[in-house]
Amino acid sequence: MKWLIDLFSSTLGRKVLMALTGLFLILFLAVHLAGNLQLLKHDGGRAFNVYAEFMSTNPLIQVISKGNFFFILLHAGVSLGLTIRNRKARGSVGYAVTSGKSSIWSSRNMGILGTVILVFIVIHLKDFWAQMHWGGIETVMYDGKEYRDLSKLVAYWFHVGWYVALYCFCMIAIGFHLWHGFISAFQTLGLNHPKYNPLIHFVGKAFAIVVPALFAWIPLAMYFNI
Amino acid sequence: MKITLKVWRQKSKDAKGEFKTYQHDHVSSDMSFLEMMDVLNTQLIKKGEDPIHFDHDCREGICGMCSMYINGQPHGPLQTTTCQLHMRTFKDGETITVEPWRAQAFPVIKDLVVDRSAFDRIQQAGGYVNVNTGGVPDANVIPISKKIADEAFDAAACIGCGACVAACKNASAMLFVSAKVSQFALLPQGHAERKERVEKMVEQMDTEGFGSCTNTRACEAECPKAISVANIARMNREYFSAMVSSYEVKVGGGE
Repeated sequence: MKWLIDLFSSTLGRKVLMALTGLFLILFLAVHLAGNLQLLKHDGGRAFNVYAEFMSTNPLIQVISKGNFFFILLHAGVSLGLTIRNRKARGSVGYAVTSGKSSIWSSRNMGILGTVILVFIVIHLKDFWAQMHWGGIETVMYDGKEYRDLSKLVAYWFHVGWYVALYCFCMIAIGFHLWHGFISAFQTLGLNHPKYNPLIHFVGKAFAIVVPALFAWIPLAMYFNI
Repeated sequence: MKITLKVWRQKSKDAKGEFKTYQHDHVSSDMSFLEMMDVLNTQLIKKGEDPIHFDHDCREGICGMCSMYINGQPHGPLQTTTCQLHMRTFKDGETITVEPWRAQAFPVIKDLVVDRSAFDRIQQAGGYVNVNTGGVPDANVIPISKKIADEAFDAAACIGCGACVAACKNASAMLFVSAKVSQFALLPQGHAERKERVEKMVEQMDTEGFGSCTNTRACEAECPKAISVANIARMNREYFSAMVSSYEVKVGGGE
């Protein structure tokens, strides 16, 4: 099994872990957004609450959710190791003058963007996920069945001005992170071919704009009562 | 033209270096950057000072020796080697900062001269074809399509100058190594040692202490030979398929 250890301790192998976990988290974002969009329905939060109840009780979703936590930590952990190695690779003396002309800003700042996102995830989990599981969340009855009223909690936070601003700022960070990350993941996996490069670039850039924009639209719409 | 040069001066590998500023009043816009440096060095020698040491050889853009990090870009603002960069690219009165390549794997020997033997060791780890080819084969015995031949030739155009390492924020050697892997992986002559080659070259690259690739594509933008990052994707494919399917060959063999 030495080859397997060699593979995942090489810089190329560790980058594959970054790409695969990154692509999984991209899928997660899409699913998460599909759920969140139900907050825009004017039904007193019923559709969202039914969805949230399903996501926090369905056994299959529970397994995927554990995997999701693991992949977030793996993505952050591997990147930290690589960043330390990359800093060391420059040597003890760095450049006095550097030019940003030859690469895009987001590609050079994935670590900073990732840190912002990680801090956001912690705040986000504390305010919603932890409340849903262990907090004294209010309940609501639909057709004689009891549901936890997560939509009420969301509505509370999405009417707090600074929270909405922070949320939107973090969505911008996610947008920039995706702008580079989505396309970069395919390149790392060796998927670079003139036949499908245009598709990867189009989908990657569209995803990086549309998904964070829709995420940010929800708190804005609730705050301004649109 | 009159220019001000800020040049990195370092007496030896372990000495502490610093920037020294030189006023250069006799610059012609038709001079190449290296000729401008020659004139400055002649002035320094006349004054009895130690001239600025820098690597150079062919001065026609094919040897890859002229490693200078000029105003924040390897080989300066144009996508050429330093010897092909002319002073007309700069403005009269401009201050130009010249630094050596910065990478742990490329230690500074003196001033702007760095030790790039890490590239040689990567090449020696597997960047060759080992099979005995015998006499000269007849033409077209091994059919290679034009497109593949062109792509292999484009990869082989790499002159090993190290601009990719210098340009990369991670000091990664991926563009160089991937070009050297690709030129053989694409051609039938390279297939016999395909898996072993990429495994050994990547292992050597990591051992030398180069950083990892974060796909910023700065290397491609700065490469004087326009080597494409498509080669990096190819090396990734080569490496993963080799790692999961090769026989584990022990050095020495036969055990």
